[in-house]
Amino acid sequence: MTTKRKSTKPHRRTANAPENSFVAGGFAPAPEDASILRLDTKPRRLLIGGKWVAGASTRETINPATGEPIATFAIAGPKQVDAAVAAARRAYEGEWSALPAAERGKLLFRLARLLQERSREFAVLESLDGGKPIRESRDIDIPLAAAHIFHHAGWADKLDYAAPGRRPRPLGVAAQIIPWNFPLLMAAWKLAPALATGNTVVLKPAETTPLTALLLGQLIEEAGFPPGVVNILTGAGQTGATLAAHPGVDKIAFTGSTAVGKAIQRALAGSQKRYTLELGGKAAHILFEDCAIDQAVEGIINGIFFNQGHVCCAGSRLFVQEGIADTVIRKLKRRIETLVVGDPLDKNTDIGAINSPEQLERIQELVAAGKAEGAECWQGPQTLPRRGCWFAPTLFTGCSQSHRIVREEIFGPVLAIQTFRTPAEAIEKANNTPFGLSGGVWTDKGAKIFKVTGALRAGVIWANTFNKFDPSSPFGGYKESGIGREGGLHGLHAYLDLHHQSPTMS
Amino acid sequence: MSWLTLFSIALPYDRWKRLRSLQGAARLPSDFHLIPLQIRWIEFSAVMNQASSRFPDLSALPPVDAIGIDERVRRAQTRSLKGKVKLDALHLAVTMLDVTTLEGADTPGKVRRLCAKALHPMPGDLSIGPAAAVCVYPRLVKTAAEAVADSTVRVASVATGFPSGQTALKDRLSETRQAVRDGATEIDMVISRGLFLAGRHRAVFDEIVRTKEACGDAHIKVILETGELQTLDNVRKASEIAMAAGADFIKTSTGKVQPAATLNVTLVMLEAIRDFHERTGRMVGMKPAGGISNAKLALQYLVLVRETLGPAWLNPEWFRFGASSLTNDLLMQISKQREGRYPSIDYFSQD
Repeated sequence: MTTKRKSTKPHRRTANAPENSFVAGGFAPAPEDASILRLDTKPRRLLIGGKWVAGASTRETINPATGEPIATFAIAGPKQVDAAVAAARRAYEGEWSALPAAERGKLLFRLARLLQERSREFAVLESLDGGKPIRESRDIDIPLAAAHIFHHAGWADKLDYAAPGRRPRPLGVAAQIIPWNFPLLMAAWKLAPALATGNTVVLKPAETTPLTALLLGQLIEEAGFPPGVVNILTGAGQTGATLAAHPGVDKIAFTGSTAVGKAIQRALAGSQKRYTLELGGKAAHILFEDCAIDQAVEGIINGIFFNQGHVCCAGSRLFVQEGIADTVIRKLKRRIETLVVGDPLDKNTDIGAINSPEQLERIQELVAAGKAEGAECWQGPQTLPRRGCWFAPTLFTGCSQSHRIVREEIFGPVLAIQTFRTPAEAIEKANNTPFGLSGGVWTDKGAKIFKVTGALRAGVIWANTFNKFDPSSPFGGYKESGIGREGGLHGLHAYLDLHHQSPTMS
Repeated sequence: MSWLTLFSIALPYDRWKRLRSLQGAARLPSDFHLIPLQIRWIEFSAVMNQASSRFPDLSALPPVDAIGIDERVRRAQTRSLKGKVKLDALHLAVTMLDVTTLEGADTPGKVRRLCAKALHPMPGDLSIGPAAAVCVYPRLVKTAAEAVADSTVRVASVATGFPSGQTALKDRLSETRQAVRDGATEIDMVISRGLFLAGRHRAVFDEIVRTKEACGDAHIKVILETGELQTLDNVRKASEIAMAAGADFIKTSTGKVQPAATLNVTLVMLEAIRDFHERTGRMVGMKPAGGISNAKLALQYLVLVRETLGPAWLNPEWFRFGASSLTNDLLMQISKQREGRYPSIDYFSQD
């Protein structure tokens, strides 16, 4: 045997001494380059009847991560709303209705491909204007928007099969008012079914995030849609209210807050107009003792911190069975510590900027209310940038059903945690809310999944996952979370008049 | 009355049963003599008492959701390492290498060449490496031990009827003892996948305890061969068994079965290590092996380790890569980071 010493000396520690920046933690900046956008200072215009026209006034859109202005855009007044609705009507009664359905499909397919080709540009613009991390706009928003357009393009010439025995007809002019949390994705959710079914559209993006919708407008022109089929009006709440109440509109599709949804419903009372409303939510995320805990923790993270919690279906109320509550909370905190909060354009960012100072104020108000009402607040250790709108990932434990943070939609990275003892208790608490948009159930037991999901009064329920979207799956709420569905066959029917029977059936 | 009867009367029944089951047969090993019996028994019962209290409650394990694991891994894969952070991570990865050759065609010459590479991955540049260990078959341990003597490079040997583990336990134990005597300071053992899949978890546990005992001071890495365990629940279960039985490291694969290491099984094992550490306070190391052939993938493993276990595991004492072709790609990427371009492959030694 060798006389030399066995090699049991300690390994060189130089590589893992504190100076190793990888071991020390953090990532070097890895930002996407915003120069591909070639942003200029020219004010953005409105798309009406195939022409880009000026509005009644202008306004700046701000990068919420820095507070700096990005671009100036037009505010559409009543005159522009009239013009847009009239242009949409002309297109509907003229060229668009005369076009064979297969040609409509072709145009949509072309639009989806153009969107894919320029996906990087769209992702960067979406993150710049709205504050969401590029990881999400690149991997979720833009691909999903393209998927929705592709899916509905396929339906355009097959509508008879979407409603067997009926002769489906378009409704006419659809007014579509979309929110700031998923600006492009919501535009795609609304435009794709409306156009596939043969309607024309007046689209109004939110005032804090108008840019991707305007860029989509350019793509719509490039794809070759006839003028007036899609009209885009930027503006604030007043523009939206004027549009929704406009007598020339046949259908209103709105996504946004419950308060505005109620106002729209009141304004439409007694009219013939059809409408779908996608409103607020306060989803219950239920973890049973027998769930895959680590993956459930990941699901919680995805449920509440996706898009800074600016998600109507965010899993903002967590219910954990008592036996695993300590473990889950410990693991959740540990995972939150690894999340990166910062520059939305950085590829490593998990949580970006809060969309606007107004929204930040709303979050701060409700978090203060949570503390005042006696819930225990824990926040991630991340240092927040000094400029711009930011909020650290936040957990509340010791919450009860009567707390405002449990009852009201916060629309921010704030999770209210409660415990439960039995499935019946979990279901009762989960349903005890005026909302009913979404929910989540985590258990390893198949029978429990069916029992609990069947008892939850919410429109979308995920089992052992959260925040999954697919164009073929209808999305929408119960109770004050909305009326009607988007996506899938149900979403298609929302843009069709199904009262006519097909001749072969009568 | 034979000594065996006397012995059995002196033992409580459950101990006797356990002793017999451990040997896998009713017969005691041939080197089991009466005089040292008492001493052996004392050692043995100490090990067994400790062991029996450590056998994990497998029914208490949380299930593993394969889709959730996949999602978490894909998210970790989007992490982007740039500049100095990337360079430092590449340097770290070199020091975590178990430079491996496990082929029928291995010769002392081949092993010496491998050892030279482990000692000086980039000749003339002392800032890179050395690797953590060389990993060879038992017959080549002496050669390797001589080649890396007086360095920080360890000698690891696969033992226990590698890669299938389908030899008698006593042969596996004596192979282990011989490898340690020859100079191995780390033993990479394989578990009996047959016993595991037959549901005989306790027997798998006992074999690891025995092998660990045979290792003496040498570290033991327990190879689960995740490619044969098939489900992630099984991977989690096997990890718990190995750690409870005293594994210093848990290792994914032999490299002889496909799939070998994947980020998904590694994440399941890292989560098991994290939970075990929280429960017992004992750190266990992790070694993915097989199929990690490029630097980009290696860095993704390191990101998973950092985000699951934290910085305490980011050193060769607690994390290793089992790989044969990874070294040169790491070196190539280090050159690229430093100089901004890729050098020709001819600048890196092929060993």
